[in-house]
Parts: sequence; structure tokens; C-alpha cells
Amino acid sequence: MSEIPTDLRYTSSHEWVRLNDDGTATIGITDHAQDALGDIVFVELPEVDSELAQGDASCVVESVKAASDIYMPITGEVVDTNQALVDEPEMINSSAYDDGWIYKIKPADEDDIEQLMDASSYEAECEDE
Amino acid sequence: MSQKTCLFENHQNHGGKIVDFAGWEMPINYGSQVEEHHQVRTDAGMFDVSHMTVVDLEGEKVISFLQYLLANDVAKLKSEGKALYSAMLDEQGGVIDDLIVYYMNDQWFRMVVNAGTRDKDLAWINKQSAAFDVLVTERPELAMIAVQGPNAREKALSVLPLDVSQASSDLKRFVGAASGDWFVARTGYTGEDGFEIMLPESEAPAFWEALAEAGVKPIGLGARDTLRLEAGMNLYGTDMDETTSPLISNLGWTIAWEPEDRNFIGRDKISAEKAAGVKQKLVGLVLEGKGVLRGHMKVVCEAGEGEITSGTFSPSLKQAIAIARVPMAIGDYCNVEVRGKLLKAKVVKPVFFREGKSCL
Repeated sequence: MSEIPTDLRYTSSHEWVRLNDDGTATIGITDHAQDALGDIVFVELPEVDSELAQGDASCVVESVKAASDIYMPITGEVVDTNQALVDEPEMINSSAYDDGWIYKIKPADEDDIEQLMDASSYEAECEDE
Repeated sequence: MSQKTCLFENHQNHGGKIVDFAGWEMPINYGSQVEEHHQVRTDAGMFDVSHMTVVDLEGEKVISFLQYLLANDVAKLKSEGKALYSAMLDEQGGVIDDLIVYYMNDQWFRMVVNAGTRDKDLAWINKQSAAFDVLVTERPELAMIAVQGPNAREKALSVLPLDVSQASSDLKRFVGAASGDWFVARTGYTGEDGFEIMLPESEAPAFWEALAEAGVKPIGLGARDTLRLEAGMNLYGTDMDETTSPLISNLGWTIAWEPEDRNFIGRDKISAEKAAGVKQKLVGLVLEGKGVLRGHMKVVCEAGEGEITSGTFSPSLKQAIAIARVPMAIGDYCNVEVRGKLLKAKVVKPVFFREGKSCL
């Protein structure tokens, strides 16, 4: 069974969202997603300052197997990216929820985060797959 | 309907992640494809290749038959156990399959063909064999385990049944030896030394576990693909098929043009293609920057356009590599279209990494 922290919010396309104290939100992919992708070897990070709508493809994570688009969980502006992933993309495999975070956004509306799935809903969704 | 090999339970017990491959339920990896890749490059790993099709060909005219059926010439095989890699062409010179054929004795040859092409291969071989009075027998009761890596032979020899081990210990490259129902050949699909071992299905699960005890780790199809790509070995259905001639598929070296009077299927068509000038070739590409090359990406060079046939991230080189079909006149560099951007790649011979060393 994959790890699903209860303090995060989730999308059906397997991104997680963490609301930070400074009002930004951190985004990554779930433990379930990294396990399905396999060994991650490249991350094409989004451009800082790009404004993207919920559901837009924001960046690409590539494993040895396949390339996979990462989607914006909510509308917002990219404010930071995890540059450590440029040389160590495998951190997404080893630490999907911490060192393997991918980018941060300034949400257009913080309340959008609340509309996403909580851990138990996401867990149910994964089981249905 | 999906099929399982006799080692299916072993894969499950070793944590194999099972996927469908050519109608077979096979392990794609047992955890980490990259770790498995390194395991084969640095030590020893084992692959279940029991889904591949073993066909025995027997008869007084079996040599004449194979000289007609295959683009390579089995007359090159001078001693028992010797193996030959060949393409099997159709009348248009397209590649029906690539295969290995072993010379067992003057009236018996053994072929190993791909799992995904089994039905059409058997139909083709049976059709062509009628005129030669050759008996074609599929051997589904044989399992096949490839043990590959710098320490593979030593570890395998330590757990093979004694008579098989003795028959296999001094095998030269590309030679096999039969011992009872077992057949061990010093061949493979990884660019590393090792054996491919055919054995009765009933004995395979226990032998797999004995190999595991000896420190040979199970390796999935994922690593099998990155290993063969680094070694510059073609994959049927990806790098070549019935729509491509062997001349544009880096298989020219496997065509035996001499003797000139040997009539093999497809010869007139590929001879004409050669005389007219071959237009394309398969090359290796190494991406200069970061990213991953994938099959079907467009290749752009001054001489025109081409296409990647196989691409991946090379775990050994830590760079993206690919095999691509390109215009003959491609230069030293080209561009590959990756998600709308043109990325620079170096053009190399399609051999990237073998026997623990970079070939670049």
C-alpha cells in the first residue's frame, strides 16, 4: 500500500498539494504515482512566473519507461521550482512528499485547495484503479 | 487470452510487477528497473525468456532448407552447437523476424524466434518447409532462462546439474552444448557475457531459485530493453519489421551474399535495393543535454528527416540514447524534436555500452 499523508490534498491525476504558511502551495506527485512510473530520470520543470489554469499541463516527469505530464491541481502562478531535481530526479522516487517536491505556486484562490480530495478520498480512488 | 510461463509464481514470489507482453504475463521489473540494469552490468542477473518460441527443424535436407529460408548462411556453422544470428525475409525483402539458429547436428537445427511473431513465423516456416521434407516441431515444453553479466557464467555453472555444467564450462562465445534435455548456449541480448539456458519446464522453477540462492538476481523486461538498446541490438517490431529491408535496419552484416548462387527468400529484392543505392540507415543518437529520447520522435538533419525507432535513458551512460532510421547522408550531429523543441544529438554507431564499458 502506498503512503498517503493526511495533511495534503490530492488530484485524480495523482498530484499532491500542500498549503504553506506563506500562502504559497507546494506541488508534487504521489507515492502511488512515482511507483507506477518507475525510476524517474528527468524532470522538465515549469517556468517560474508562468500563470496556469487548473488542469493545464505544467511540466513533465520522465521515467525510463515513459514521459508523464503533470497537471495544475488549481489555478495559480508558478513562483519556485525544485532545482535539485535537475541533477537528482530520482528524489521523486525516494521522497515523493518532501525532497521530491516539484514546484510552488501562488494560488489564484486558496480556497480551491479545499475543493481537492483529502487523503481518504484519494486512497479510495487509487483502490478503484 | 493471456499466457503464463512456468516461472510465473517465481516472479510473483520475487515481487515482480506483472504486465502483458505479446500476450504473456511477464515481469516488467521486480522493484527498480535501473537497479536491475546495473545488476546485469556489474554482477549477474536472470531473465525468464520462456515466452520465446523454440523450434526444432529436422530432416536430411535441413541445411538446404535453412539456406533458402534465412538471409544468413547456415553453411557458416562448422561445428555442433554453433549459433548464427539471422533475419528471415519475405519475398519482398521485408523482415519477418530476427532469430538465432543453432547447429545441433547435420540433420537437426534449433531456432529461437520472438514471442510476438510466433504464429506468423510458424506458419511461414511450415509453408516453406514442405518442399524440403523437413519436420518442424515447436518445443513449448522447454523453459528458457538467460543468465547475464560479468559473473553470470561462474554463478550459473555452480548450480547447473553436474553433467550440464561440465558440458557448458568451456563454451566459446556463440556456441551451445546439449546435455540430456538441457541446452546451454553462451549467447544473450544484453551486451554482457552469459548463458541462455533451455531446460524442461518441470525443472525450471527450482533451477530459478537455485540461481537466486547463488546471487543471480531476477531482472524484468524493462531492464532487458535498456540493456539491449545500450548494446545496440535491434528489437523486432520496433527497429525493423516487414515494411523495412534488412539493409536499412543495420542488418546488412547478417546477410550472406556469398556464395552468389545461394537463392534465399527475398534475395532478388534486397540485391536490387543494394544496386540502386540504399537510402537510409540505422544510427545511434546520444542527446547532448538533459532529457529523454523516445521511439517515433522526429529526427531533423541537413540531409532530410528521420525517426527514432527505439529511445531511452541509458542507465549506464546517464544520458538519453536512441536508435534512429535516418537519411544515409546524415552528418555528425542532428536535431531531435522533443515536445516541440529541437534538441541537439550526436550521431554515433549504434553501439553504446557493452561488457561494462562505454563504446562512445
